[in-house]
Amino acid sequence: MMKRDECFKVLARHRTDEIVVAVYQAAQEWIHISPSDFNYTFTGAMGQGSSHALGLALGRPDKRVVVLDGDGSLLMNLGSLVTIANAAPKNLIHCVCENGTYETNGAVPIPGVNRLSFTALARAAGYPKSYEFDKLEDWEREVGKVLKEDGPILVDLKVTPGEQYPEDFRRLYSIEFRDRFRKALQK
Amino acid sequence: MELSANEIIKEIKRADIRFVVALPDRTTSEHLLKPMLRDPELKVVQVCKEDEGVSICSALYATGHRALLLIQYTGLLDSINSLRGGAIEGQNPVCMMVGLLGKEPGVAPTQSKRYGLRIVEPILDAMGIEHHLIEQPEDVTKITPAVARAYERSLPVVLLIGREPR
Repeated sequence: MMKRDECFKVLARHRTDEIVVAVYQAAQEWIHISPSDFNYTFTGAMGQGSSHALGLALGRPDKRVVVLDGDGSLLMNLGSLVTIANAAPKNLIHCVCENGTYETNGAVPIPGVNRLSFTALARAAGYPKSYEFDKLEDWEREVGKVLKEDGPILVDLKVTPGEQYPEDFRRLYSIEFRDRFRKALQK
Repeated sequence: MELSANEIIKEIKRADIRFVVALPDRTTSEHLLKPMLRDPELKVVQVCKEDEGVSICSALYATGHRALLLIQYTGLLDSINSLRGGAIEGQNPVCMMVGLLGKEPGVAPTQSKRYGLRIVEPILDAMGIEHHLIEQPEDVTKITPAVARAYERSLPVVLLIGREPR
């Protein structure tokens, strides 16, 4: 298992100009680890990160879109796997931070913990590629290649909580930052 | 008097909408959604659940595109939390065209015999979401200004389709 923030630091080192959609705990950490106007955290309701990422990928096919989804979040919107596979955006990389719990809501285990496979679900839904990483060195070695591959790709990141980062839900859903994102895209 | 599906599609295009996010509804499938799927000027994104569509439309707005979410009223009811967070609190101009399956012709939705239909407008009012009934031929002209207003205010709008367009 990887510490989530260490896993994100690896991704941040390989990031160029990708849009990154992040939800809940991942978002709280990502905005500190890789601050950018191309961070999109305005997903509105639990489970909706993958759908926002699809909209961004379809609206800007010239840019790569990475979504840092949660396992509980994706379970709330499993149909989006089929929707994404059907729309088949080549520029979308769907990372699931699998920690096995609803971490933001009391760390209660998700249903199916240690039994379900997100990569199997994605492949069955029609994602052409999927990966699982549970060792930081493997993720470090492969992430650059994964970021360049045609999507949609599902990447299951097996993580545990790492360092504590300050929570700021108002920042995550800020209209001001959403407008900054829109302006950054227009440049 | 019939509601013209062709006129509705023309108004949608006049409103600069090129993305349609859809889940089939019997009221609109045959004469709106199927022609849209064949229309090279429109890109239709099919979703598995309507709340996905609220998010996809919001994100398309962030990229500078206008989109329409074409669904049934039951899907609207199922999407309330996504509308709450994504469209209202997130201030996204999510434009929805919502089929009122089973509404009696000429009867106001709040007067319908069907409970599910009667509650639609009061729920939208409670949420502060602007809505318009598109049922008579002349109602089609409400579409373009309603979409324009949604984008001006950066807030959602619901266009309720009161009878099957032909």
